Amino acid sequence: MNFLSLFVLIPVLMTCAMFLLKDIRRIRAVMVTGASLLLVLAVTLTVMFLGQRSAGNDAEMLFTADVLWFAPLNIHYSVGVDGISVAMLLLSSIIVFTGVFASWKMSPLPREFFAWYSLLSIGVFGFFISTDLFTMFLFYEVALIPMYLLIGVWGTGRKEYSAMKLTLMLMGGSALLLVGILGIYFHSAPEGGQLSMNILEISKNTIPMNAQYLFFPLTFVGFGVLGAMFPFHTWSPDGHASAPTAVSMLHAGVLMKLGGYGCFRVAIYLMPEAANELSWIFLILTGISVVYGAFSAIKQTDLKYINAYSSVSHCGLVLFAILMLNQTAMTGAVLQMLSHGLMTALFFALIGMIYGRTHTRDIREMGGLMKIMPFLSVCFVIAGLASLGLPGLSGFVAEMTVFVGSFEHTDTFHRVFTIIACSSIVITAVYILRMVGKVFYGAVQNKDHLALTDAVWFERLSVIVLIVAIAGLGMAPLWVSDMIHESLAPIIEQLIK
Amino acid sequence: MNAMDYSNFLVMKEELSLVAVMVILLLYDVFGSKKSLRYFQPVACILFAVHTLLHVVPSVANESFGGMYQYTPMIGVLKTILNIGTLIVLMQASEWLRSESTIHKRGEFVFLLLTTLLGMYFMVSAGNFMFFYIGLETASIPLATLVAFDKFKSKSAEAGAKYILNAVFASGLSLYGLSLIYGTTGTLYFEDIPAAITGAPLQILAFVFFVVGLFFKMSLVPFHQWTPDVYEGAPTAVTSYLSVISKGAAAFVLMTILIKVFSPIAAQWQGILYGVIIVTITLANLFAIRQKNLKRFLAYSSISQAGYIVLGIIGGSAMGMASLVYYILVYMVSNLAAFGVIAAIENKTGKVSMDDYNGLYSTNPRLALVMTLAMFSLAGIPPFAGFFSKFFIFAAAAEQGYYILVLIALINTIISLYYYLLVVKAMFINKSDAPIAAFRCDGAMRFSLSLCSAGIVLLGLLSVIYNQLSLLGYGM
Repeated sequence: MNFLSLFVLIPVLMTCAMFLLKDIRRIRAVMVTGASLLLVLAVTLTVMFLGQRSAGNDAEMLFTADVLWFAPLNIHYSVGVDGISVAMLLLSSIIVFTGVFASWKMSPLPREFFAWYSLLSIGVFGFFISTDLFTMFLFYEVALIPMYLLIGVWGTGRKEYSAMKLTLMLMGGSALLLVGILGIYFHSAPEGGQLSMNILEISKNTIPMNAQYLFFPLTFVGFGVLGAMFPFHTWSPDGHASAPTAVSMLHAGVLMKLGGYGCFRVAIYLMPEAANELSWIFLILTGISVVYGAFSAIKQTDLKYINAYSSVSHCGLVLFAILMLNQTAMTGAVLQMLSHGLMTALFFALIGMIYGRTHTRDIREMGGLMKIMPFLSVCFVIAGLASLGLPGLSGFVAEMTVFVGSFEHTDTFHRVFTIIACSSIVITAVYILRMVGKVFYGAVQNKDHLALTDAVWFERLSVIVLIVAIAGLGMAPLWVSDMIHESLAPIIEQLIK
Repeated sequence: MNAMDYSNFLVMKEELSLVAVMVILLLYDVFGSKKSLRYFQPVACILFAVHTLLHVVPSVANESFGGMYQYTPMIGVLKTILNIGTLIVLMQASEWLRSESTIHKRGEFVFLLLTTLLGMYFMVSAGNFMFFYIGLETASIPLATLVAFDKFKSKSAEAGAKYILNAVFASGLSLYGLSLIYGTTGTLYFEDIPAAITGAPLQILAFVFFVVGLFFKMSLVPFHQWTPDVYEGAPTAVTSYLSVISKGAAAFVLMTILIKVFSPIAAQWQGILYGVIIVTITLANLFAIRQKNLKRFLAYSSISQAGYIVLGIIGGSAMGMASLVYYILVYMVSNLAAFGVIAAIENKTGKVSMDDYNGLYSTNPRLALVMTLAMFSLAGIPPFAGFFSKFFIFAAAAEQGYYILVLIALINTIISLYYYLLVVKAMFINKSDAPIAAFRCDGAMRFSLSLCSAGIVLLGLLSVIYNQLSLLGYGM
């Protein structure tokens, strides 16, 4: 069996185990073991991948495996990874791992919670290792549907409304996507040739232009909905605000990246000509996302809403950078996915921990928490600094690369939009500093808060892992960015062909 | 003319063995002692299971009575699917049949049920319109009595009257169409008709009249109005039978007749189906949203599912046929799982409203899980079988270039997801002061639900079933 399939097999076993276990300690033990195994697996994969590359193996996808599944449609279960998938797998395993600790005291129904949580991870990992459109789409939807119950049952606030809105909007996106995938499939070979679902095989052929014009927008918007592209981002603030901590972490941290990843792996890679022609439309939309998300965050008073709108802005930047269609900006896009994934997971984890203590997320009702819970507060400040792009942390590396890449375009249109998008950095600083100042500094607003305690061991563990990853990416970004950069070469080749 | 050659009957093995089962059960019911009749239902299930197993492997293509009766491996597979569905319905009905008001007429129930199945065998095997019509009627009339089986419940009696009136009207139209076809082509044999079809207005008219009968059976809009009332009033076992077996057989027959007989006017019927699909799926979905009674709810859901089934027909391709049969199979296990849960709860508590299901997960987690599986599968959520069947049926339509239609159908799946999730929401999220108390269903029901759940999980992931089906499919 292929070594990559373990990424799917482990969460499958975890899900099955949840049906058999009853005792909460055993459930935790299984979840921690499974999540740690996935993390170890991802690190091993990274080391092996870098080893293979430095040994001169320059195949587009490594560790490939291929099993014929549905012969009539030439559907395969085929897996393989390049540098980008490796980076995404690493990110996912870190978030899944920390998410388990962030939901340590989950109640009610912890067993069911972890069962759906594991199901969600099956989808996430499966998506990133797939190289076949059908399997990719299958895992994509597997990752979406558990959200409904995770938010609906364990969420807070207007959870039923948010859960339904999120599920329907994302499934709506995947409906467009399915038409796109079918369209790609039936045009994947010249008249009479063997049709294929395999991404690498399709990329060797050119899809006819009229088909590209039809299916590129469908595919891009389909994935774009999950990437919170304006005007399809409205599920995101409500969804994130209502979701339980670990689910917000996983959703904002990893799931939204499925959108960005799909955009260039499927939409742009397979239909490069249409991407060149139509990118300007989507550039405008994502430009709006970036600025609009940031401005909306300023107005919010709920910690989760602030972070959710900030996610819209940051994920908008991912799509924005992808649409610049050059290697530097796209490297920046993937770095931004990594950086935002870690950062936002850290934010949501901390917000969950603070909310668990103060029972409010309204920044007007909090203040001076730095003295009461120093550990959580310091970590929150670090997350905030990463978000506004302080050098030495991951946000700086990512945004720098994105904007350097964007400036490579010399025409007015791209210049103007780059400058507009750049302005989001300033706006980000406004809402981050305001939030940090209001909640952690100043006088204590509520005397009851004085009795609160700081983080306990499992919370500390989850937070520290994320901070180490953020700082690691910020201080030593080159090995990751090189890995991503060289993996983007085939996509760029398609674009300039 | 020679004397009749009785070896013709040997081709109809499956029909003969079904008749044998029916006769044995009829005699057993009439002559069995009171003591031995306690085992009537297990015996009925086992006999029918044996009948199913005997014919599970499709044999080679054949025909008899000069082409009136046709057999192809695909028809054999479809009959097996209908058999499995009927078997599950029989198992799910056992608890209801043992109740005081029905126990004295359980023999009739099984006999009538199998008679309609025999009619459907004739329908799917027909190679001649006369034979087809006999099958259609054999399937319809006993069904009306089954719908009115709880005759002391006014809703059931009303449903029976509605069903028979609608059915008679529809088959009258159908028959009128057939007479026009005979008048313009001079034959009723499927094989001979295409050569005589010129696309003259009268033939188009004949086709439209004829096809209405099948649209009625499949409850496609605008011939769907009977569905919600009948589904609500009929006993749940009969409702589930109507919604899957009857519908599945009609869908398959529609496809075979369209591609075999009416292929010369493909453009015309494709146009009709195009409109019917859009209207059916959209209207049914919009109506389903507002339903509170689960049986009415599933009635609208099954109307919209019929619309998706027709997506496999519209292209008239081999892939379409394979996807259609696969869709019927998957839809059958999913719908029967849902109806099984409804029947189990209805038997114990008499409750069928969606609000009664609030908090079901806390008291009856297993039933709630089965229902969730069924809803997810009907909505087309992976990794359950419904996802695969929807994907293939969409692929079959997209293959013929119907991208807009596929897009409309897909947007409708989102609406349907909304109402399927409402059921899931009731069971998992909504709180209830008085949830349905925990209970255990009888063995047959538990077995049938496990069978359906296994089908929902495995039919998709194990690709072998679709792969085999696609070898048997044929198109225009």
